[in-house]
Amino acid sequence: MLDTLVLSRIQFAANISFHILFPAITMALAWILFFFKLRHQQTGDPVWMRAYRFWVKVFALTFALGVVSGITMSFQFGTNWPGFMETVGNIAGPLLGYEVLTAFFLEATFLGIMLFGIDRVPNWLHTVSALVVAIGTSISAFWILALNSWMQTPAGFEIRDGVVHATSWLEVIFNPSFPYRYTHMMLASGLTAAFFVAGLSAYRILRGDEKLAPRLSLKTGLVMAAVLAPIQAYVGDLHGLNTLEHQPQKIAAMEGIWETERGAPLLLFAIPDEKERTNHLEVAIPHLASLILTHDADGEIRGLDEFKDNHPPVAPLFFGFRIMVGMGILMLLTAWGGCYLLLRRGELPRWTLRVLVGMTFSGWVATLAGWYVTEIGRQPWLVTGVLRTADAVTPLAPANVGFSLTLYLAVYVILMYAYIHTLKVMALKAVKVEEFETESPSAEGSTTSLPGSAEEGSA
Amino acid sequence: MNTEILSESLTYAQWLPVIFIGLMGLAILIYAILDGYDLGVGILLPMSSADELKRDTMIASIGPFWDANETWLVLAIGILLIAFPVAHSMVLMNLYIPAAIMLVGLIMRGVAFDFRAKAAVDLKLTWDRTFKAGSLLTTLAQGYMLGQYVMGFDTHWNALLFSGLSAFGVTAAYSYVGGAWLVMKTEGELQKRAVRWTQQAGRATFLGVVAVSVVNPMVNPGVFDRWFTYPLVMFVLLIPTVCFAVFLFNDRLLKRLPKENDRHCRVPFFLTVAVFVLCFTGLAFSFFPEIVPGRLDIWEAASATESLTFILVGAVIVVPLILAYTALAYRVFHGKATALKYH
Ligand code: HDD
Ligand code: HEM
Ligand code: HEM
Repeated sequence: MLDTLVLSRIQFAANISFHILFPAITMALAWILFFFKLRHQQTGDPVWMRAYRFWVKVFALTFALGVVSGITMSFQFGTNWPGFMETVGNIAGPLLGYEVLTAFFLEATFLGIMLFGIDRVPNWLHTVSALVVAIGTSISAFWILALNSWMQTPAGFEIRDGVVHATSWLEVIFNPSFPYRYTHMMLASGLTAAFFVAGLSAYRILRGDEKLAPRLSLKTGLVMAAVLAPIQAYVGDLHGLNTLEHQPQKIAAMEGIWETERGAPLLLFAIPDEKERTNHLEVAIPHLASLILTHDADGEIRGLDEFKDNHPPVAPLFFGFRIMVGMGILMLLTAWGGCYLLLRRGELPRWTLRVLVGMTFSGWVATLAGWYVTEIGRQPWLVTGVLRTADAVTPLAPANVGFSLTLYLAVYVILMYAYIHTLKVMALKAVKVEEFETESPSAEGSTTSLPGSAEEGSA
Repeated sequence: MNTEILSESLTYAQWLPVIFIGLMGLAILIYAILDGYDLGVGILLPMSSADELKRDTMIASIGPFWDANETWLVLAIGILLIAFPVAHSMVLMNLYIPAAIMLVGLIMRGVAFDFRAKAAVDLKLTWDRTFKAGSLLTTLAQGYMLGQYVMGFDTHWNALLFSGLSAFGVTAAYSYVGGAWLVMKTEGELQKRAVRWTQQAGRATFLGVVAVSVVNPMVNPGVFDRWFTYPLVMFVLLIPTVCFAVFLFNDRLLKRLPKENDRHCRVPFFLTVAVFVLCFTGLAFSFFPEIVPGRLDIWEAASATESLTFILVGAVIVVPLILAYTALAYRVFHGKATALKYH
């Protein structure tokens, strides 16, 4: 039987992994929706509104999944990590509290107006609601990432009687890794949503959709991805440099550097071996890791030997990092290639559309890989240098945690199936409906109704 | 327990926990009323195939609100976590399994709501069932947890029996406020049925409240002393008396609804809200200033002064804003909910 610590770690990882999939889409999709709505208001072109009306339904569904899985998250700290709250509750509590006060209510309330109020409020107020929802999701990410970054690189606190007390809230919030993590995560969300939008639109076109709206969405997604992908690589590089300064053991594990060396090579592939403390099957570019990380081809990088027994497991970091960066490069190539073809021909060839459909969830893969690198890279610490993961776990019996874990996993599998299946159904439905070129979108009736009623005809 | 603190003048550091327990109480009360009505609507969902249109209308009536309503639960749990971290762990560890079950209920409900409108037509009924089952699971789990909390997490059979009773009582109460919400938000045939549901749920709630009020002072000596000590008894007995009167009045009124021009259709809702407020006050009075009955009071459980101050500043600024835009949302969606129209 697995012990409570392992089960709790698996459960936390499962819950947050499931949760983050949906914010990763909604945070940026909210801004895309605002963009569609704004363009409609500026140009009066009904195609923007139709694009909005299809994506707002997708947004509502995704948001609902984000909300319910988020509520589970907010119970986790107390149920499974009581030591976490007892030791660092004075920091974690207020940051989580500000997230609820400044973000959750804002999102939830204006989402109601955004989804159901289109016929009940003036157009400008509806557009403002879309904007407020977008701002809300970004604020939400701000607070939760402040907390997570503080756990990685704690600052602005002192320890009295074994309990952490804040000395400067500004330093707590704007701790050393926070600016990088926030930027990197918001860009990650942007890329995730861009490929999601492009992929689902490409699917509609492949299924014979002749309308303009999916083409417009596809273009929006592709251009967005083409702009964000290089920025993400640049920010990721800065992020890595910052991590090298504050958590050198994490970088050593990510790069598979066992001993401190000058002119370290960049490993394209290897199989790290924790027992022998070496790599097998290395494929490497000489000096490149030193060049990237120290901006000097012969710069010194500290190896894992300097952190014996105090460094994270190597293999997951090593592979996780390569999956993320690999995805990043793939995204860059796809987006630029796609934009080039679009510019040259005005319409994408079918094989490109298929590639885009295949990339629909590529953002999820990269985001999860990145988070796994970050979080596993913090081990064995829960809060770097302050609290060990093993000291924070609940004294509950393993059977209890096993029960809840099984329950959650079963629910998540069903929901994931239902989500993707429903996305397909929605896309296919949208392919079939007629285009109401002249009709104003809200002319057909029902008021306080679900998304997907009045809108149905005009996707 | 340092109840005697109350009689002395409190320092700033001692006031903070009192303020935060007040805020938390308020969040729980608002949660119980607001999510109460949308959970109630879920429980009352009629499942026959002839009732599809009714289901559409019922769910449409809570559509714009349920997410924000649920956020009050996040806030309540959040305040418990922020202000009383030790109590947060103690409560949630003791209620681990029912909390997990409640969360699954909330998940089922939250997603069914969205899936039903978007999934293939033949799956709609399945999602409606999920919606109803999720609502029921949530309210039963919440009631059970309330019972366990009142019983100090005792797991003897009689305590479990009491928790079962409480599960039933809370479910009835949520159906009561949910029914009253529908009386206010719907018309025609559906409204007539809602009137009947409300009346039945009201009677069931009444039984539940009576049972809990009788059992609670019997098993918790502290509670007994508090309620039945002269001269306080004169004042506090007002609560059950008024509560009883409101129940009775509401029952009478419901008999006469719906009236011409839909007069008084909102009154039952506000009367049920009054019942919620009164019952909640009674419960709070039984336990304050303890946060885990018999084990921990709010001063023992409170977190550091500088953390509470930091969040209080924010709360003072933000909570009025939250109330303001919540009021805006209710204004925007006032009036009757209309049925869904598919193209
Ligand atoms: C970087 C972004 C991010 C991360 C790392 C997290 N969340 Fe989240 N969360 C969001 C971004 C977000 C969001 C974008 O604001 C959501 C997603 C969809 C939504 O409804 O809001 C949300 C929803 C959401 C909700 C429901 C809010 C509502 O009722 O509207 C709760 C309670 C949480 N989250 C709690 C958490 C906790 C306790 C986390 C970590 C341990 C966490 N989230 C990680
Ligand atoms: C959103 C994306 C996130 C993902 C995918 C993620 C992933 C993970 C994973 C895989 C673990 C287990 C690591 C291990 O045990 O080896 C973990 C642990 C943990 N993470 Fe995260 N995490 C995320 C965000 C956060 C945030 C925002 C917080 C807090 C504010 C957080 C707090 C924790 C805590 C308390 C643990 C449990 C202790 C531990 O096992 O280290 N995580 N997370
Ligand atoms: C292309 C080059 C990229 C580089 C050089 C890069 C670099 C990094 C580094 C060094 C970290 C770990 C930071 C730490 O733990 O302290 C990280 C984390 C992360 N990456 Fe990337 N990344 C890249 C691309 C991407 C892409 C394309 C995505 C998603 C679409 C992504 C999403 C994430 C996420 C979600 C995290 C975890 C949160 C965080 O620490 O910011 N990354 N990245």
